[in-house]
Amino acid sequence: MASLTVSDEQVRATPTKVIQPAWVRVMHWINALAMILMILSGWQIYNASPLFGFSFPREYTLGGWLGGGLLWHFAAMWLLMINGLAYLVTGFATGRFRKKLLPITPSGVLHDVRAALTFKLGHDDLTVYNYVQRLLYAGIIAVGVLIVLSGLGMWKPVQLYYLVMLFGDYPTARYVHFFCMAAICVFLVIHVLLALLVPKSLRAMIIGR
Amino acid sequence: MAKRSFLIPGVDKRLLIKDAIKTMPDFTRRRFIAGGASLGALTLLTGCDVVDSSSADTLLAKVSKFNDAVQAFIFNPDALAPTFPESAITKPFPFNAYYDLDDAPDIDGKDWKLEVRGLVDNKKSWTLDELYKLPQVTQVTRHICVEGWSAIGSWTGTPLRDFLKLIGADTRAKYVWFQCADKDGYNSPLDMRSALHPQTQMTFKYANEILPRAYGFPMKIRVPTKLGFKNPKYVVSMEVTNDYKGGYWEDQGYNSFSGS
Repeated sequence: MASLTVSDEQVRATPTKVIQPAWVRVMHWINALAMILMILSGWQIYNASPLFGFSFPREYTLGGWLGGGLLWHFAAMWLLMINGLAYLVTGFATGRFRKKLLPITPSGVLHDVRAALTFKLGHDDLTVYNYVQRLLYAGIIAVGVLIVLSGLGMWKPVQLYYLVMLFGDYPTARYVHFFCMAAICVFLVIHVLLALLVPKSLRAMIIGR
Repeated sequence: MAKRSFLIPGVDKRLLIKDAIKTMPDFTRRRFIAGGASLGALTLLTGCDVVDSSSADTLLAKVSKFNDAVQAFIFNPDALAPTFPESAITKPFPFNAYYDLDDAPDIDGKDWKLEVRGLVDNKKSWTLDELYKLPQVTQVTRHICVEGWSAIGSWTGTPLRDFLKLIGADTRAKYVWFQCADKDGYNSPLDMRSALHPQTQMTFKYANEILPRAYGFPMKIRVPTKLGFKNPKYVVSMEVTNDYKGGYWEDQGYNSFSGS
């Protein structure tokens, strides 16, 4: 009897807590692929008529020319949108967003930013996001929504005119789309750097624990 | 023996191909780069690992066809493109083509005739004077280029749907196919529902002046619900047809519906 009780507890204790459930992992990597395709093909499209005084290096663009870039962009957009929509629905329905990303308090963010900058921010429990993570993850979801809405508005400025109106006019939607891309790129750099600094977080996003 | 990385000693094959592409005429270059063969050829020539692109190209073409269907589905024939006050007009309105203005068609209005072909009752050709007598309307709308830039302009002309009615066109047909006088033979298909859109116009004037050569004299088809390349200039003929006859840019890979 006694040995049975022990093994029961062991059974309960042994499987390490699942940090990232399967749906998060699958959608995360689909999103990673879709985002990279969208960014590289987007740079190709940008180069056809640059908004600012620079172009993206050809080596980092997808599609070979404007027409090819557009084909990639308007194909990968389905992957990005369907996956993104499924992620939002599941995130809200399962309560994951509420549990993981809330609350976000200014004092909490300030405290954790200070801790991060002095390398005192711990990552002992990967199931709990610190305030910097909460802010960045919630923020990047909002940017993701914004980049899709501005993109859809530019794709269909007549049929979806209300989306364009949301941003003011067509040229403004173009700038919004660009700056959302820039924000995603900055996030991507920080995100990848931190994942490499804390490899167990990367492992959790691959095998779940 | 170490893998040889040079085709010609001292010459980097990748740079060689890059330079070769640069010397091609613009049109050929686009075809070369657009063609599925390009990446494959690059792989063969350089031996570098470029993903075999032919299957990717096939998939992308299929998705583009799917996108045509999606756009046709969400196309609302009553949804109007936003119109603007005259003060919003972009000055100067950009000239845009795959050639310089000096190479733009220089058409003599007296010799020019609009040919009408296909599924229409009256196949008579129209002179410019005859067309100028048709009722005209002016609209100030935004021209959006496939490249991303946009400009607001003022176009005056006859609604295409009125003209199609006048010539007894079969409006159940799938396309109106336009041919133009541009060098290399520009053409573009317009789906019938977009052709019948109230703002789709046979344009004869820009900013209340006879359409200048830069903007497509003697006739442009202004479709504010389409990207710029679906707004043919220097039009010489229109054909009402059920066949998809392709188009100058459409054949090179731009999405065929390209509606806004």
